[in-house]
Amino acid sequence: MAEHHSTYVPKTGFERWLDARLPIVRLMHDSAVSYPVPRNLNYFWTFGGILMFMLVSQIVTGIVLVMHYTPHVDHAFQSVEHIMRDVNYGWLMRYMHSNGASMFFIAVYIHIFRGMYYGSYKAPREVLWILGVVIFLLMMATAFLGYVLPWGQMSFWGATVITNLFSAIPVVGETIVVWLWGGYSVDNPTLNRFFSLHYLLPFMIFGVVILHVWALHHVGQNNPSGVEVKNYKKDTVPFTPYATVKDLFAMVCFMIFFAWFVFYHPNFLGHADNYIPADPLKTPAHIVPEWYFLPFYGILRAIPDKLGGVVAMFASIAILAFLPWLDTSKVRSGKYRPWFKFAFWTFVVVSVLLGYTGSQPTDKVVLSIGGRTILDMVGFAQILTAIYFAYFLVALPLLGLIEKPKALPASIADSVLGPAGSGHIAGAHAAPPKH
Amino acid sequence: MADQSMSEPNRRDFLFLATGAAGAVAVGGVAWPLISQMSPDASTIAAGAPVEVDLAPIAEGRAITLKWRGKPIFVRHRTAAEIEASKKDDASGLPDPQPDAARIRAFEGKAQEQWVVVYGNCTHLGCVPIGFSGDFNGWYCPCHGSHYDNAGRIRKGPAPRNLDIPEFTFLSASKIRIG
Repeated sequence: MAEHHSTYVPKTGFERWLDARLPIVRLMHDSAVSYPVPRNLNYFWTFGGILMFMLVSQIVTGIVLVMHYTPHVDHAFQSVEHIMRDVNYGWLMRYMHSNGASMFFIAVYIHIFRGMYYGSYKAPREVLWILGVVIFLLMMATAFLGYVLPWGQMSFWGATVITNLFSAIPVVGETIVVWLWGGYSVDNPTLNRFFSLHYLLPFMIFGVVILHVWALHHVGQNNPSGVEVKNYKKDTVPFTPYATVKDLFAMVCFMIFFAWFVFYHPNFLGHADNYIPADPLKTPAHIVPEWYFLPFYGILRAIPDKLGGVVAMFASIAILAFLPWLDTSKVRSGKYRPWFKFAFWTFVVVSVLLGYTGSQPTDKVVLSIGGRTILDMVGFAQILTAIYFAYFLVALPLLGLIEKPKALPASIADSVLGPAGSGHIAGAHAAPPKH
Repeated sequence: MADQSMSEPNRRDFLFLATGAAGAVAVGGVAWPLISQMSPDASTIAAGAPVEVDLAPIAEGRAITLKWRGKPIFVRHRTAAEIEASKKDDASGLPDPQPDAARIRAFEGKAQEQWVVVYGNCTHLGCVPIGFSGDFNGWYCPCHGSHYDNAGRIRKGPAPRNLDIPEFTFLSASKIRIG
């Protein structure tokens, strides 16, 4: 945004005094008021703001819950019940926090898929994208740690399964796992450190979010046409009021959705087994992670080899960071890439189906002919895993070379008003076409 | 002065390297306690002391689960038929090849092949397998579908190893010490 100069004018004597010493009001003004936003952003671009809201909501409800929670294996489960039954509005705080995690992931998945469809990861936004992947990883770690704290059956066995993933590391795996546990199994020391880290990570997320927004404001937002801003007057509108009001409206709609879960279906997204206190001697019949981890869990279980499964699962997330270099197409937006569109929607469907396989027992039959099993859940997950990776490693590198994209609009203004209207200044009425 | 950088190492170079090395040692010295504090503490290690288990109450064909170091341990009293079935499978292409004889311990030189003592955590991701079930009437792990036979050997599924055997010795024909 080299062309974008500060338009802040201090009005009072105090503002002038402060501006010369700490230009913080200028920073706020330049990033949230006068900041130029592409005029063609659709509602998929409101999820960044929604995510910011969810992060704050999780931190606020989390800090409140800590005032009543006890991180000890003998008291954790009961202290959560105490929050639910005795603490004033404790039920509300806990349901907001537990459902808030799910809302956070719904918003982040939409945000990620939006970036993938419109090519938001392409130059010059690679670092912006990678910071996003880092935030996603931190979110997953935070969510996992938090899920252990109520110390129910799913908490305990989820912690056991996930920490045991590290035992797949050759030679040092077992040592690392004992170090992570602080004992010979998931126990009180594990719960204590998970609690400590669960409190720390959201603030680390906050730090990376600041870098993410900084990078965003440096390179400018992508937009549905994928065409860079060429003329600030024609192609952009000021952040306030245009983006502020639109973001707020989207946020309110999202809050209604959030509230519907909190007030009407607070346990729909959770597991009944987590209302049974942790028992190290009894595994629930069917261990399933929270819904937002299911696609990755599906990939883990698809590989019959332990180390292979763990590597594939981590690779399925890490590969996102390489997207800017795996996609060889010069065209950013999927809107102008007919074949990419097909590959992208296949990828979305495959991701959802992987989530489905992760939620089902491994030996469940998917397809059978005359009583003979043709395909079980593991086999199905293997096919889906292959397609998942093929999207990154085959489709994206090849499509850029062989696909013939549609003609791009000359500018953002053109994409909104058509070539005839682009001569007009943003916000002015386009003259009705004369025939 | 321009050729000074090309000449022999001088006092400044020495000080630079020595300060850097001292700094690295200091950082390592501070980092180590921060890493080490996460390892099992003295009370956890003390609570993991060896335990004695009386085998007399465990009838033939039955098994018990006991908790040691926070983990389940299965003690199974095998029937003659089960021992026979397990021995027969010694050469049937096991994923983690181990004869039945390697899964048991001896007392005063006599193999106590009726007693199988294993950790009750699946070697895949640590779930507790269910006894007397699965395709081999040993253990079946409901989490990701690993089947073990009655000697705790992995037969089918994603687990990489046979069920681990804890360190244990026979104190008498009907008593063991674990750990």
